[in-house]
Formats: sequence, structure tokens, C-alpha cells
Amino acid sequence: MAAIAFGVRGWTGPLSMLAVVLAVVLAARLGRSLTPYVLATLPIVISILLVNTFFYPSATDVIVALGPLAATWTGLAQALQATLRVEAFALSVALLGLTTSTDDLLDDLEHRGVGRRAIFVIGSAIRTIPRMAERAGEIVDAQRARGLDTEGSVWRRVRGVVPLAGPLILSALSEVEERTMALEARAFSAPGRRTTLRPLADRRWERVLRWALVVAAVALLSLSVAGRFPLP
Amino acid sequence: MTGSPQPRKTGDSGGAGVAPASAGPPVALQLRDVRYAYAGSENWALDGVSLELTAGRVLGLVGPNEAGKSTLCLVAAGLAPAAIGGRLEGSVALGGRDTSSALPHELAQRAGLLLQNPVTQLSGTSPTVYEEVAFGPRNLGLPLDEVATRVEDALAALRIEGLGPRDPMHLSGGQAQLVALASVIALRPPVLVLDEPTSQLDPAGTRLVGKALAGLAGATGTAILVVEHKTWLLGDLADEVALMSGGRIIFRGPTAAMLDDERLADLGVEPPPVVRLRRSLVERGLTPEPSLLAGEGQS
Repeated sequence: MAAIAFGVRGWTGPLSMLAVVLAVVLAARLGRSLTPYVLATLPIVISILLVNTFFYPSATDVIVALGPLAATWTGLAQALQATLRVEAFALSVALLGLTTSTDDLLDDLEHRGVGRRAIFVIGSAIRTIPRMAERAGEIVDAQRARGLDTEGSVWRRVRGVVPLAGPLILSALSEVEERTMALEARAFSAPGRRTTLRPLADRRWERVLRWALVVAAVALLSLSVAGRFPLP
Repeated sequence: MTGSPQPRKTGDSGGAGVAPASAGPPVALQLRDVRYAYAGSENWALDGVSLELTAGRVLGLVGPNEAGKSTLCLVAAGLAPAAIGGRLEGSVALGGRDTSSALPHELAQRAGLLLQNPVTQLSGTSPTVYEEVAFGPRNLGLPLDEVATRVEDALAALRIEGLGPRDPMHLSGGQAQLVALASVIALRPPVLVLDEPTSQLDPAGTRLVGKALAGLAGATGTAILVVEHKTWLLGDLADEVALMSGGRIIFRGPTAAMLDDERLADLGVEPPPVVRLRRSLVERGLTPEPSLLAGEGQS
């Protein structure tokens, strides 16, 4: 979806992808859940709108002049198009996160033959982040209990990072060997495919639809790149 | 034992051991004149260790800090030097097969290893305790129903079925230790090597683990090598106790006699409370009532 939003020329790419996103959002009743993601894109959207509207090169169709700056219709059109592309990209990625649990995704990837090491690295990275955040909190608490001041001015906060980073990194590194042994002791390096604990239902019409979407995406992109796409 | 793993036939799953000519229990674990030095170290962490453990027997290992107990666990499970390097002299055999040429995943099916720190023992990738315990059996590619049976049996053996849906990274130390132990048990290896399996457990949890392990050894013929500072637990669990110091096994014998041995305290190992009570009474010129001290290992 993101590739079509950016790859298909004109309004068709981003608008069609936003239509798909909207359809999925309505079907899955995810309207409210999507709000934070829309808000998160606001800074980049505002900057795209301002820069393109006022500084689009060689545009002369002025809407309004504000001193030395002039907003142009061409710039505004380009800005809206770019904004729609960014929204289509961001919201399609957000949809993936909102509709698919990490565990289901990893299970399914593994079921489809992705190597156990790759799955472990992805899964471990996703699950380690909150654990590291927790550990950082514990270390900060321990440092504070020993009198380290990490509140107040920026300089104090920066000074507080050093006693945090050292133990955090060292403790993570020191666990690597033990974790490796623990994994080996649990047959992690055994050959063959791992058992899938939650085989996901994959109905025939779902497979057909999935492949149809892939074929349509490739066709759209190819035609657009070749300049033979008839829509604006 | 409710939900204990199914009995295993001799010779099943990686070879339970080598039956001696006298047709007694097969030897599950055998170390002969083993010396081991960690990678980059000149010193022998193990210096001439020999021991034999037959199927269904439990050997307790006690000793002061730096005695080499944890190193012996790694070597007995075959992970040192296979996974962490180092120099090994002598021979280590699991189920009658030398470990030196075995791959780590083959060793995992011959010996289960529980490390001291339960948090590093967890995979860190499983969203629930159930899936964490299933991690090992899944690695072996076992059929799904077999994985489910093993997981449910292991959880039931330690009475932690209720933890099944919980996030393994948000457990107390004691719960994490039980989950780590269940994860090892779920692999159903013929030999279990446990490095302080109850260090983070309260007395009730410790007794529970003791009963589960004793049941496991009795029901499935699993040979268990267990490092434990709680000597009273060994009184209940172990058939024999060995005392380690300076990378060697100083002496080994039947549990009751070993836990009553004066040399234990000399090497910094605290005898069980019942032994200390008896000694205290004797020192005061009192004769303890035999029935009072009948349960040798009881706290």
C-alpha cells in the first residue's frame, strides 16, 4: 500500500490507498485508535504544506501574497498530494500494527518458512525494548537511592545519563553468554522447522484476494512508472 | 505426582544410559577425570572430577563459593566447552555417549540444564508462560499435541498452571524460577542438571520443587544432579550427596551420613537444621528423642 501511495503518479495512488485504509478502519471499527497516529503525522504534514505552498519552485499562480512570501495554487496542489501520500503511508503501517498482533505475525512468518534465528531476533528486539526501559528505571532508582541527582537542569539530567548507560549496557552484555547457553540448552539450534503453536486460518478467498492485491499493485506501479497510467 | 511427565522407557529420547553387566539401573551421566578451564583462563575450574549417576537417582552437590559447582553443571550438561569454549580434559558421557562430538541441540535432548539466574534462562520472546515452556519442545519440531501435553504436564508438576497466560517477563523471582524449571522439564531429558533451582523460592516453594523432582526421578527414571545450598532439601530429595571444594569432589556418600558429617561445616556448608539441633542437644548433654529427629532432612 505504501509503495502504491508513493509510486503511482498523481492523485490516484494516495487517494486509492487512503480509500482502502478508510474501508479497513470502518470494517474493523478502528476510528478512535487511529487518531494518535494521525496526530503524530501533524508536524511533518504542516511543514510539507507550508514549504510547498509558499516555496514551490517556479510556481506563478499566486493565491495570496504575504510580504515577500506568496502562496501558489501549484504549490498547494503539490503539498496536498504529498500530504496524502504521507498519510496513506503512515496510516497503512499503523493499520498493520493495529490489526495484527506481533506474535501472530511472527508465528505466521515462521509457519511460512522464515528462519527461527530471524524470528528470534525480531521477537527479541520487540520484547527487549520494554524490558530495557524497565531496567533503566530500576537503575535510575538505584542511583538516586545512592544520592545521584538526575532531576532539574538539562546539565544535571545529562550527567545522570552516564551512570545509567554504563550499568544498562554492561548488564545487557553480561547476560549475552548466559542467554546463549540457555537457548542452546533448549535446543534452539535444532535443525528442521519449529512447531507452530498457533496455526492461523488462511481461507481460500483470503489467499486469492492477497495474491490479487499483489498482482494489482505490481501492475499499477509498472504502468505508472512507464507513463501509461490513464488516471490523473 | 499430579500431572507428572509420562514414564520414559529405558533407551528412549537420546538414550537413557548404558546398562551395566549386572543389569542395574543404566548409567545416565559419567565424568572421568574431568579437568576444565574457561576460555582465556590458565586455572582449572574443575580439577580431576569423576562421578557416575544412574537413572532415577538424585545426587546433591554442595560446597563453598568458587568450589566449581556451577562449572560442573555446565560440563555435565555438555555446554562447556561446546557452547562457551574452554579446555576440557577427560571424558563426559550422557547416556553412554561422549559429549565431545555432540552438537548443542543433541545435548539438549540428553541433559536439561537449569541455570542460577532464571531471568536469563527465559527466551525473552514468548508472550505467555505457556509459550515460554513450549519454547524447547517447539524447537525440536514435535507435533503440536505432544508440545501441548508436555507443557501442561510440566506446569502441573510444579503447580503453576495458573501462570500459563501471564507474561514471563513480569513474574516474581520465585515464579520465574519455577517457569524456568518447567521449561527444562518440558524437554523431558533423561538427565537433569540443576544449579540452585530453589535459590529464589520460599520454603513452601522449595518443598514443592523437591517433591516434583523426587516424583520425576521416581516416575520417569530421570537422573538428577542438583546443586543446592539448602541442605535440608537434599535430605528429602537426594540419594547421595557430594561435597566439592577447589574444583574437586572431596567426598561423596549416602545423604544422611554426608549431611551429618562434621567436615561439611568445616568447608562452609551449613548442615540441615535437624542435624544442628541434634548437635546442640548433645553439646548440652541432652539425649535427643530419636522420633523427634526421625525426619533427617526436615527443616
